[in-house]
Amino acid sequence: MLSTAQIQSYAEELYQALRQREMVEPLSNRTPDMTVEDAYAVSSGLLERRMQRDGETVIGKKIGVTSKAVMTMLGVHQPDFGYLTDAMVVDESESLSLSTKMIQPKAEGEIAFVLKQDLIGPGVTATDVLRATDFVVPCFEIVDSRIKDWQIKIQDTVSDNASCGYFLLGSQAADPRQLDLSTVGMVVELNGQVISTGAGAAALGSSPVSCVVWLANTLGKFGVPLKAGEVILSGSLVPLQTVKPGDYMSVSIGGIGRTAVRFD
Amino acid sequence: MAVLSKTTIAHLAEHLENAELQAFDVTKITDDYPDMDWEDAYDIQYEIRRRKEARGHQTIGLKMGLTSYAKMKQMGVDVPVYAFLSDYFSVPDGGEINMAALIHPKVEAEIAIITNQPLHGPGCTVAQVLAATEAVVPAVEVIDSRYRDFKFDLKSVVADNASSARFVTGGKLKRADQVDMKTLGVVMEINGRVVATGAGAAVLGHPAASVAMLANMLAERGEHIPAGTFIMTGGITAAVEVKAGDSVRVRYQDLGEVSIRFV
Repeated sequence: MLSTAQIQSYAEELYQALRQREMVEPLSNRTPDMTVEDAYAVSSGLLERRMQRDGETVIGKKIGVTSKAVMTMLGVHQPDFGYLTDAMVVDESESLSLSTKMIQPKAEGEIAFVLKQDLIGPGVTATDVLRATDFVVPCFEIVDSRIKDWQIKIQDTVSDNASCGYFLLGSQAADPRQLDLSTVGMVVELNGQVISTGAGAAALGSSPVSCVVWLANTLGKFGVPLKAGEVILSGSLVPLQTVKPGDYMSVSIGGIGRTAVRFD
Repeated sequence: MAVLSKTTIAHLAEHLENAELQAFDVTKITDDYPDMDWEDAYDIQYEIRRRKEARGHQTIGLKMGLTSYAKMKQMGVDVPVYAFLSDYFSVPDGGEINMAALIHPKVEAEIAIITNQPLHGPGCTVAQVLAATEAVVPAVEVIDSRYRDFKFDLKSVVADNASSARFVTGGKLKRADQVDMKTLGVVMEINGRVVATGAGAAVLGHPAASVAMLANMLAERGEHIPAGTFIMTGGITAAVEVKAGDSVRVRYQDLGEVSIRFV
């Protein structure tokens, strides 16, 4: 357990690292007794600073570390979540400037849920998620870590807003009632070459719907609802891909559609 | 240009087929014949095929192997390999496979097609393959290299009929215009746990590209893909090891599911 002062100090440090595009030493190394609850408190402190100092507003949530591939790559064994703000949105028509906006970016293909009803855990089921979902869209999340060289444990990534960077939503939408989200296929291409494929069941060994269920029930414990109109990124179905200026990536999802992102 | 004599080809075919039929492993044949070339490798495979047909087994389809770019790069080649499917390789959906008849089997999820027109190379294209596709069906392949500890090179694999052992097909049948083979997702479960996922594009960017390449490779031997051929296009997932007692189920986007049990 960390003191309130330590939590606020970490929140300030991560906020400054985000704004200055600098990396910090892993928090979990410096305070090994830090709990996941402490980390979520740091994450809240970070979000408060973004809202109060920069006027950012929360427009959704992201779920991270949901695939076995990403769990293995990051050496963690549970999902996490972060907050999406209006400052993180990249439009399909824009390119994302890695050199001015990011530190050590990686991209991942995801399915995003747009809600039309609130979801308040605990007790939220897959049926509730389907009922509350307006539509799903193809999505790129470009994650980043303020922690040095991505040396993250779960406490580090949670504190750092689940390593959130930017995200881009495609302009094709599908009704999840018409799809089996556990078998939809995903194809990710980098500069025109297929680099990875996956399917919905890569998410928690089940379905992207299960990730949203997990999030609603986890946030329920903190008294936080998923709100109508919010965007929920359900987690990567393929391994993370390091990207550099000049790269171009596309993601195609069976029955949903495709989107693409360019990096400067 | 082949370098092995007809006698050597016949001897190696018998050697490898015996290993398959009696379920014992052998060392890779290129250890003893380091100079053998691709034509020799396929000559051995065709001799194994001839031996089976001579005993009354029908050849009921073709398969492609090594169709992932990552695997080709790893093996240092730029073309996949092909092999044939004999009638007794087929296991019914929901059926059992006896581990005693195999050496060290692995399973892979694939998409298969059935053609309704002949396909001739060279120059066969994805468009021609799609136009000649009567049906798209799910298939699970059980591979079982006859080489000890899967230690082999590509020529040895080709001679060994590309590790072919068993396959199961079932689920739903779709026409080529009813599915997008490129983004079609697959989920492999063993004993109810998801062990691998993928999508059609893992196969040479598109499963139909694999069939086009097959037609083009067959043309080098003066052959083609006849109408009505069942073709397994190549593994979408990595090959996963199985043991007695395992129940394998593969679920497909839009194509249902197939399952087998190992006993």
